[in-house]
Amino acid sequence: MSTNLIRYRVSTRRSAELTLLIGAWLIGVFAWILVDASTDAASLGGWTSLLSAGVLLLVTHGVVRWQAPYADPLLLPSVAALNMLGLAMIHRLDAAAAQRAASNGSPPPTPDVYLQLTWMLVGLIAFIVVLTFVGDHRRLQRFTFTAGFAGIVLLFLPLLPIIGTEVNGAQLWISLFGLTFQPGELAKVALTIFFAGFLVGRRHSLALVHKKILGIGIPRGKDVGPLFLVWIFALLVLILERDLGTSLLLFGLFTVMLYVATGRRSWVLIGALLLAVGGALAYRLFGHVQIRFDVWLRPFDDANGNGYQIVQSLYGLANGGIFGTGWGQGYPQLVPFAKTDFITSALGEELGLMGLIAILLLFAIIVERGARAAVATRDPFGNLFAIGLTTVIGLQTFIVIGGVTRLVPLTGLTTPFLSYGGSSLVANYIIIGILIRISNAARAPEITDDQLVLRQDVETK
Amino acid sequence: MSELLLSILRIGFLLALWWFVLTVVSVLRRDLQAPRDAKPLTPARSSKQPSQRPTLRSRKTSTKLVIVEGALTGTVLPLGTSPISIGRAPDSTVVLDDDFVSTRHAQLTPNGNHWIVEDLGSTNGTWIDRTRISAPTVLRPGTQLRIGRTSMELSS
Repeated sequence: MSTNLIRYRVSTRRSAELTLLIGAWLIGVFAWILVDASTDAASLGGWTSLLSAGVLLLVTHGVVRWQAPYADPLLLPSVAALNMLGLAMIHRLDAAAAQRAASNGSPPPTPDVYLQLTWMLVGLIAFIVVLTFVGDHRRLQRFTFTAGFAGIVLLFLPLLPIIGTEVNGAQLWISLFGLTFQPGELAKVALTIFFAGFLVGRRHSLALVHKKILGIGIPRGKDVGPLFLVWIFALLVLILERDLGTSLLLFGLFTVMLYVATGRRSWVLIGALLLAVGGALAYRLFGHVQIRFDVWLRPFDDANGNGYQIVQSLYGLANGGIFGTGWGQGYPQLVPFAKTDFITSALGEELGLMGLIAILLLFAIIVERGARAAVATRDPFGNLFAIGLTTVIGLQTFIVIGGVTRLVPLTGLTTPFLSYGGSSLVANYIIIGILIRISNAARAPEITDDQLVLRQDVETK
Repeated sequence: MSELLLSILRIGFLLALWWFVLTVVSVLRRDLQAPRDAKPLTPARSSKQPSQRPTLRSRKTSTKLVIVEGALTGTVLPLGTSPISIGRAPDSTVVLDDDFVSTRHAQLTPNGNHWIVEDLGSTNGTWIDRTRISAPTVLRPGTQLRIGRTSMELSS
């Protein structure tokens, strides 16, 4: 008897993926047409970029079919829809910028949408590379400490004298050959590999209680030492760079992964306590943190100063109402940084609450699919890694949209896939690439040879 | 463009966006239900002597070893007439990559209609339900064989 595993017919749903991908692209085209119809954005051109975005997505779909035939069919279309909406909104804000330049009599600025499209291309190439060359996500476990080190180095890069660049008070960017890049975005992927690889070997010993302090079990120092070291180091770098958003994101990621690895709720409690203490300390020590808190609690006290951005964002959302003003009909350009941090408020103004809820649902679907891949995959490293990556996307979305809508204090982060910004787009496409890879392993119907589960010659023995 | 047409298109876009989201959700729902109506493509594929099989054992004999808990959950191992070795060694029939499993942990041997479990001197023991076995023991269908973090069951 040779291989005699029972095979199940598993629907791969690749054609559903293709249909939805085309749907996502058509939504982008629809938005683009509406923008061109109601502003003078048509003069900026951009139809070639729309077509090339469509071709890129089709090629990516082909690679998924070839490299990961059992992968989750919903991740890519949801991401593509968000990316297309982001492109359309950047195009719309380009039109506003051009109009403003025209009324000032200054030369029209270069449209940002082309650069964003180039980054989308880079992101999709990174996605394809990840999918093709990381044949098995478990291989990444070998790079646990390399990834931890790389993560720290990446976080450190912007502080270096020559290549580091300060933009808007935060030293987050590096500038090479005229291109700026935010290495912290890649650092979150590297650090997720580190946390997952580190925790997977130690999750049982971490669950052991060494001693109890105030009724909370504290694990042995040697089990958590390296973890806290990397984490404190990461936070220090971020404080030096004044990047609140990424600190918050890494802290949340760390807490969630500890909780998932050990299954002990005390970690969530410890995390919440540390967050409260850290927040209070940061409020006392740093002026910029204090401003963020004050603006969050009482934005209208300083509506023309520090509160200007959030107040304009709230006015924009109010102007949008339930059904929105329609593409090109609102004034999202009045919010500073509408293309990056505040793209949600721009979309909220022009698409209204209904549009914003649809966008949030797309994020929820991405998180659900990521979590499902995490639960369904068979190896413990994959479980932790996938839940970590999913947490990065979910938490980042929560932090930035929560900030824009004044649910939580505003900390600068990009909205995944929507915002203008190359580093974030590329890093998030890498994350989706790994999630697709893991979901392929989780959904593949039979055990493959490399898993060495069953001997082929059971009966010849 | 006229105001009316723009308003219609504005609502039309929201409808299109929601249509997309709801289609994604409906695929998601179908995907969640899929395992229930999945059908075996080839039940126990390619046996060299298919006609011989029924004569080798009676109707009651278990034909499958199903892993119900652990990293390999869901794996189904069809049982033949040869013994099955379980352990960390790569040449075992069932390789369990688990720190709590010994290199050569246990062996399952067919004996008439039964399967006999034997512990091969493992460190952490071989358990049937909640009892650690000390001598070769008959594994009955419906009882769980536990090795390290993996549990398996016979099934017909």
